[in-house]
Amino acid sequence: MTAGAAPSEVSARPAGLRRQAEALASALPPLMAEARHLAATVQLGEHGRRRSGMGDEFWQYRPAHGGDEARAIDWRRSGRADQQFVREKEWQAAQSVHLWVDDARSMEFTGDAGRQSKADRARLLALAIAVLLIHAGERVGLADPVAPPRSGEVQLLRLAQILTRAAGEADFGAPEARAILPGARAVFLSDFMGDPARVETALGHAADRGVKGVLLQVLDPVEEEFPFDGRTIFESMGGSLRHETRKAGDLRARYLDRLAERRARLADLAAEAGWLFSTHHTGTPAQGALLWLYGALGTPR
Amino acid sequence: MLVLGPIGFTLPWLLWGLVVLPVLWLLLRAVPPAPIRRRFPGVALLLGLADEDVQADRTPWWLLLIRMLAVAALILGFAGPVLNPEQKPAGQGPLLILTDGSWADARDWPTRTGRIAEALTEAGRAGRTVALVSLTDLPPDGPVFVAADALTVRLPSLHPKPWEPDQAAMVGLADTLPDEGFDTLWLSDGLARDGRADLAEALAAHGQVTAVESPRDVRALAGAGIVDGTLTATVLRARPEIAGEASVVAHGLDPTGIERVLARATASFAADADRAEARFDLPPELRNRVTRLEIAGESTAGAVALTDDALKRRKVAIVSAGTGQEGLELLSPDHYLREALAPTADLIEGTVTDVLMAAPDVIIMADAGRVPETDALLDWIDEGGLLVRFAGPHLASSDVGRDSLDPLLPVRLRIGGRAVGGTMSWGEPKALAPFSEASPFYGLKLPPDVTVTAQILAQPGPDLAQATIATLADDTPLVTRRRVGDGQIVLFHVSANAEWSSLPLSGLFVQMLERLAVTSRAERPAAADLEGTTWQAEKVLDGFGTLGTADDRPGVAGEKLADPVIGPDLLPGLYASGDRRLALNAVAPDRALQRANWPAPVRVEGLVVARELPLKGWFLTVALILLMADILAALALGGRLRGSRAGVVPAVVLGVALALAPQGARAEQDDAALVREAGNVVLAHVMTRDAETDRIAEAGLWGLSEVLFARTSVEPVEPVGVNLETDELSVFTFLYWPVTPNQPAPSPQAYAKLNRYLHSGGMILFDTRDADLAGFGASTPEGKRLQALAAPLDIPPLEPIPKDHVLTRAFYLLQDFPGRYAGPPIWVEAAPADAEQVEGMPFRNLNDNVTPVVIGGNDWAAAWAVDDQGRQMFPVGRGLGGERQREIAYRFGVNLVMHVLTGNYKSDQVHVPALLERLGQ
Repeated sequence: MTAGAAPSEVSARPAGLRRQAEALASALPPLMAEARHLAATVQLGEHGRRRSGMGDEFWQYRPAHGGDEARAIDWRRSGRADQQFVREKEWQAAQSVHLWVDDARSMEFTGDAGRQSKADRARLLALAIAVLLIHAGERVGLADPVAPPRSGEVQLLRLAQILTRAAGEADFGAPEARAILPGARAVFLSDFMGDPARVETALGHAADRGVKGVLLQVLDPVEEEFPFDGRTIFESMGGSLRHETRKAGDLRARYLDRLAERRARLADLAAEAGWLFSTHHTGTPAQGALLWLYGALGTPR
Repeated sequence: MLVLGPIGFTLPWLLWGLVVLPVLWLLLRAVPPAPIRRRFPGVALLLGLADEDVQADRTPWWLLLIRMLAVAALILGFAGPVLNPEQKPAGQGPLLILTDGSWADARDWPTRTGRIAEALTEAGRAGRTVALVSLTDLPPDGPVFVAADALTVRLPSLHPKPWEPDQAAMVGLADTLPDEGFDTLWLSDGLARDGRADLAEALAAHGQVTAVESPRDVRALAGAGIVDGTLTATVLRARPEIAGEASVVAHGLDPTGIERVLARATASFAADADRAEARFDLPPELRNRVTRLEIAGESTAGAVALTDDALKRRKVAIVSAGTGQEGLELLSPDHYLREALAPTADLIEGTVTDVLMAAPDVIIMADAGRVPETDALLDWIDEGGLLVRFAGPHLASSDVGRDSLDPLLPVRLRIGGRAVGGTMSWGEPKALAPFSEASPFYGLKLPPDVTVTAQILAQPGPDLAQATIATLADDTPLVTRRRVGDGQIVLFHVSANAEWSSLPLSGLFVQMLERLAVTSRAERPAAADLEGTTWQAEKVLDGFGTLGTADDRPGVAGEKLADPVIGPDLLPGLYASGDRRLALNAVAPDRALQRANWPAPVRVEGLVVARELPLKGWFLTVALILLMADILAALALGGRLRGSRAGVVPAVVLGVALALAPQGARAEQDDAALVREAGNVVLAHVMTRDAETDRIAEAGLWGLSEVLFARTSVEPVEPVGVNLETDELSVFTFLYWPVTPNQPAPSPQAYAKLNRYLHSGGMILFDTRDADLAGFGASTPEGKRLQALAAPLDIPPLEPIPKDHVLTRAFYLLQDFPGRYAGPPIWVEAAPADAEQVEGMPFRNLNDNVTPVVIGGNDWAAAWAVDDQGRQMFPVGRGLGGERQREIAYRFGVNLVMHVLTGNYKSDQVHVPALLERLGQ
């Protein structure tokens, strides 16, 4: 039994609380700083929803038509023309965005000691998009019930704290869609190496509730290239799966085929549910993925 | 030892290891390479994929082959393979060890005695009796077989002789061989010789004959002579197959009487040529000093050629009578002398005063009356000169030596001469009487047609008989001689032309001059010339070609020298008779060297036993290379060459290969740098191997370069560090040399380069950087190091810089030369002793050259040094005064570079007013 395993006990003792806080602080500031740094590279354009709706900012004048209340007419603008105009405000209703970052063991893989692990990259991207979204006034939360969407800087800290938790026990993770609010947006960050049926199920649940979102597959370049040869025993990160081959080089083509097949299936699933799918490699800079994420979430449809 | 073809094995039982190879093959084949365990999330995608190729679990055949070959090479290597193994069959019975013992053996005599000692040891171990016979020193009654130990003691006293075994000796040995059977080990000098084959066959009749020959070529000098005026030595060799060269060295006495090498020449053998000539192009003075020619590196008697009179060309001065009659060439006495002497002597003509300047060996005066320069001539004769005078009308009509003995005549003369056999006189022309034994002409044949018709007569006196060395048939003296000091005066009582006698027309005249050592012979004297003479050996050669004294050797009759057979009673060496020298060389001029041909039953082996080539190292190297290849192949096959460490192993292998590859890249860089340095003014500093010092020096020169660029028309490019060992110095004009206490001294080659640099106008600024705290070079470590470093440099005398040195005004006017420290004055080349200040001139006219070194300890580089941003790197002094000091330091640098580049230009400028004034006029 460890102190970390029972948070209630820990928080009951000041020393434990402090140790936990310090452990958190040691990981949090770099992650937060890095996430903010990354988020700063994305130029924030309009904060609004780029459509008319409830809000404070001026959006457009449109000709009045039947059904518009008279008080909605902007007389100042209408006085300059023969027609009545309605002043529309930009829709600034806050959106809830749910993040799901795969915390399974498989995400801890990195093909090179000098490279970030997939989990690190996924967390970084998640927090960075959270920074961007919260700065844009959205509410951001996690897909599981521990952190429902909220807005504000405090939520960022909370998210960071939860994201820097130790990895789960499972070898491959599956998205959690039950806690997602109806009509919200969702971001799933994973390598999607696990059972695609569970992804399908989650997407189905989400689609049922009108949730649109993004699937971002984070892969290590090694997983994309399969640069192995010779007699090899492959094991999953947790050791639950293993596969032995005499000539790893011969498997490369078939592995790559299967990978492409998996990706195609994910893309199909996403398309069916009205989601977007993309792949990001840890060997490339995170900005590209963040831009894509930001764009994918911001795209009105 | 097991022998398979040309390869033998010292440990053949190890070869059984090869049997294991097939087993190993099966084992290795059955065991696939160990798998690598990899953590890989993508395994989820791999599940269910089967291997296509089942064969892959076995080691591939080529990898097996590499391993098999490696193991086989290891086994073979440790089995001790030897290429061309020498097998010495153990002999039985008595052993005759025969050595030629000639001069040709001398060069590798220690090896030969070593071989003999080895044979003796072997024989002693085998209990065989041994006889040791040298063909040049035969035992009187055949070989005697004794125990080997007894001979081992005698071995050190065995020496090669300076002659070769003759046929008679070999026949004699063949006749005295014992009847019993014995084996023979013949250590031969490798030269073909009459009788060698016969003896070998005679020996082969008794048992196995093994001939041992040195693989070396035998070379010899077949005498030396003058050919077309140049000293030429003929080099012989025994193996003419390939082209080659031999260096011939001429030894002789230098003017102080010390023997040293006077000249060197190379004889180039063409392929298939067994002789070549080395030509020495020497001035006569030097050539006459040559006493000995030697093939460099061959210490044998055959490789030495002693020189004798044949090589000496005496300097003969002919003082003409000075009558100057035109058109009467054949009547001129000088003509006959010239004709007789020109082929064999160097002639000088002129007045007595003129020729004495040339220090001739002989002065010949034909028909001179009174000689005005008597005293000078007498001094010259006293020191060994030979004055030969001829009579003639002038001498006859003068009163010289009539009343008393003239100092330049051997005898008193009677007034008037006599004429016989002429139209106006009675009697026949007189013939010559045979020469007496005391005469230097003794032994010369008298041609019957030599007659004398006129002569001047000697005054009879008690000394006359003693002074006479040739007479006419009626006993009147014809040639008289008197010794004066070390020299002598000889008077021919006849004229040197054909007027008075037919003597100058005859060959006898030349021979007489030669006997008087006036001339030297062109060739070896004929037997007739030598008949009746006795020669004493002065120096003799031993087998190794070393000259030794020959005090106790008896005289040799001239006849034996005429056709010399070098042997125990006629050693090669230098023989003397009177004033004449004759050299006998170990190798006759007409000798040709040829390789010995051995008859069939003789087994020939080399002198060196280690000609067999052990292959162990080669096999093990191959095994190692194969194992390396196996490592790479196994890694590649196991997939371990991929991934994160993919580059490491090939990089290591490649690195090892590259380390062995020659480095050509640097040379190209150097060329580019050289062009840059040669095309610009480059300030250079000597690399001290102290990184900080070098850095400061470079920064200092950089700062100075900037200042020069800004203030003067000198526009230096970036300064460079100079490695004295490798870099070319001639492209630099100025070297800054900071001295550190632990600086390694440059190599002698580097010093040679530095000296060349200094001589060709370069300058080195030595900086001890210690502010010269202890006074010049006294006891600071840098000062000591500077003294050690500069000792081999060719540096003129130095002095503290004088007030009027050109450095004080080459660009700026300076009084002192501070760097970071304002120490004591710097040292430059001392002014010449005769430099004086001229009235009206502000300074002396000093050295015409750039001072090659400037020595000081003010740490100028630190004062000049600027960093990358152009900021001063080190503080100098304090405040404004310090900056002033830095400015002066810069000015010193500017002056220094100006001085290097313009020399004493500023000194010359002082003459400008005078020149302008002169131009105005």
